Amino acid sequence: MMATETENYLTAGYGLKSWLLTKDHKRIALLYLFTITLFFFIGGAFATLIRIELLTPQGDLVSSDTYNRLFTMHGITMIFFFLIPSIPATLGNFLIPMMIGARDLAFPRINLLSWYLLVVGGLFALFAMLAGGVDTGWTFYTPYSTTYSNSWVIATALGIFVAGFSSILTGLNFIVTIHRMRAPGMTWFRMPLFVWAHYATSVIQVLGTPVLAVTLILVLCERVFHIGIFDPALGGDPVLFQHLFWFYSHPAVYIMILPAMGVISELISTFSRKAIFGYHFVAGSSMAIAVFGFLVWGHHLFVSTQSVYAGMVFSFLSYAVAIPSAIKVFNWTATLYKGSISFETPMLYAFGFIGLFTIGGLTGLFVASLGIDVHVTDTYFVVAHFHYIMVGGAIMAFLGGLHFWWPKITGRMYPEGWAKLSAAVVFVGFNLTFFPQFILGYLGMPRRYHVYPPEFQVLHVMSTMGASVLAVGYLMPMIYLVWSYKYGPLAGDNPYHATGLEWRTSSPPPLHNFDELPVVTYGAYDYTTVPEEVTSVG
Amino acid sequence: MTNHIDSVKTYAIVWISLLALTGLTTAVAFVDLGPFSVVVALSIAVVKMMLVALFFMHLRHSGKLTQLAMAGTILWLGFMVSFTLADVFTRGWLGVPGR
Amino acid sequence: MWIFLITEIMFFGGMFLAYIVYRALYPGTFAVTSSSLNVYIGAANTAVLLCSSFTMVLAVRSAQLGRQTALAVNIVLTLLLGLVFLGVKAFEWSEKFAEHHVPGTHFHFEGIANQGPAQLFFSLYFAMTGLHALHMVVGAGLMTWLLIWSLRGKFSAEYMTPVDIAGLYWHFVDIIWIFLFPLLYLIDRHLK
Repeated sequence: MMATETENYLTAGYGLKSWLLTKDHKRIALLYLFTITLFFFIGGAFATLIRIELLTPQGDLVSSDTYNRLFTMHGITMIFFFLIPSIPATLGNFLIPMMIGARDLAFPRINLLSWYLLVVGGLFALFAMLAGGVDTGWTFYTPYSTTYSNSWVIATALGIFVAGFSSILTGLNFIVTIHRMRAPGMTWFRMPLFVWAHYATSVIQVLGTPVLAVTLILVLCERVFHIGIFDPALGGDPVLFQHLFWFYSHPAVYIMILPAMGVISELISTFSRKAIFGYHFVAGSSMAIAVFGFLVWGHHLFVSTQSVYAGMVFSFLSYAVAIPSAIKVFNWTATLYKGSISFETPMLYAFGFIGLFTIGGLTGLFVASLGIDVHVTDTYFVVAHFHYIMVGGAIMAFLGGLHFWWPKITGRMYPEGWAKLSAAVVFVGFNLTFFPQFILGYLGMPRRYHVYPPEFQVLHVMSTMGASVLAVGYLMPMIYLVWSYKYGPLAGDNPYHATGLEWRTSSPPPLHNFDELPVVTYGAYDYTTVPEEVTSVG
Repeated sequence: MTNHIDSVKTYAIVWISLLALTGLTTAVAFVDLGPFSVVVALSIAVVKMMLVALFFMHLRHSGKLTQLAMAGTILWLGFMVSFTLADVFTRGWLGVPGR
Repeated sequence: MWIFLITEIMFFGGMFLAYIVYRALYPGTFAVTSSSLNVYIGAANTAVLLCSSFTMVLAVRSAQLGRQTALAVNIVLTLLLGLVFLGVKAFEWSEKFAEHHVPGTHFHFEGIANQGPAQLFFSLYFAMTGLHALHMVVGAGLMTWLLIWSLRGKFSAEYMTPVDIAGLYWHFVDIIWIFLFPLLYLIDRHLK
């Protein structure tokens, strides 16, 4: 079927208004893709400056005050304006209605509103950055953020507050859609695991983000009206801020990783041509992570004067929350066993994910242990840990998913050779950047410092070289993906012979997703329903 | 949305009960019950909340999923409060980590 | 709307947590500062809000039965009672301003050596009742909008979803106040 010759969602209306006022979840997904990519580069720019500064042990490129602003804004941009929206708002928005056989989300206009909220929040934050930035660390610890900082806390906090509502509304939309709009025969346990992952993510978004919102409001009240809630001079408790902040921010990391795991389930299954081993366990583990993820936030407060007793409880629970993640990794591995594996680009990213996520997750156990954490907290060990998960995990899954569904979204195939190369570049660059940081941290290099003892320089130089390679690896897809949109070969409906309802409609899909709504009579990974073809694509 | 239409009488009884409970909680506040003052005040508040939720918000006619979701949210609030209090109340019990 | 209420519960929940922690740490001070609030006005305002919930559920019922006049009347009553609540709240706040109980540079509470925790109580008082009042204002806006639509005949027994949803929101804001009243006004009143 020659997809681009017939009407599809991309040709169903031209001009800026048709995009800015669209109610089509597929177009909104692309609006999000454009926006988060922009923020990714802004966050990346800050990272570049940080890594260049860290080439030398002296603080010679920027002042300490500026350096504080650099890492703060790197964190804020990457977390709130790139990672949290990334997979759910782009791939989730685009695919979930199609995967369950629906024509759109439950509330299309609220979906558009979510995007505008992200943009408005982002503009507030951008304004703050251009006007001088924030220097509190992305964690906004009090009383520095409320009383002593001279930076643009209010504008940034407002930006994050608004963006938070974008996240909440997306979660709300997904929950209602998944409950109410599945096609006939699409039972809960016939849904792709990608959908389960997003359902769990949405529950976290709905339960957790409001707590961040009210915490930011309290910080704003303290700064604007001078009503001290966290001010120790009044008997206030700065650790209370940390409790409130991390009650959201820990589940937030699961908002970032669960959708990535959903993507990986789809990739592993497709490129082993095998149903995911232990479907029910993987679905259940997504929900378990959502639940348990809310009970561990105190592991960020181990050295904050939080009681040791509470610390022990949180440490124990943090070990428990690793179990569902491990279940997933084991199930993915079992899926690969005796599968018919092919090594297309998305699969390369999936393999990268499994290795890097496992390392990141295991180092999480290191820091979840009270004793070890006292030694490595606020060092580069922690920085390496979360970058392994966020970048080695989430971003690789995002790139893998973007490549996998690119033919569906655009109707075109990307150049496979360049794609494989850039996956390799990303993998090498990533490890070169962040593995030295584990060593640095263990040896005592503190995070958020730009002046350090000269014996650490070699490792820092390695890390910066890695970052340069990584940057190249990220730029390459920008170029060839955009190129392929115009000049890539036409992809056809199902170039990877994958299961999933999204592959049974044209590429790009028609405006209303399906010419006829499907009636589902088979499970999610039933390869007997898809033409058997083991040759690789491209 | 709901198929059950309750009578005005039902709503009126709930309304009067709510007003009565408000009076009760105010009056009881002036009585010295020691540590139980808080328990009584919160218990009355919970009863009032249940009346509003079940009758005025029609939660008793809503599906099991909605009821479960609401109960779950209260549970979540409970987690947030109890774990934080577990920290606040036990500081100093076991010393400071690293020392 | 139920899912949105979940987010609202967690949203207010954060402030309730702050309140609980500080009350646990400074019980004596909180009792003294709480008694400076006028309990009779607080109780009366609670009654006003409960009455508005009554009229709101009657409005929903009128809509379910397709009774246009009753619907409009009940919406008007709900709106008026809500505005009364806000008016009384504004009066209470103005009293606090006059007594220098507003946190900030001019704060002073008689009879307490350590002003810090007293200021914490009032910070929470203003933050929580302020957030609640903001939600009431939004509620008043919703009622106005509902009134306009109902006068235009948009609602019927078959289509009354906006009334239903607004009702859920209104009752939720009432429930928040049901907890705010005892927690802020009724701490150890017997000591006064």
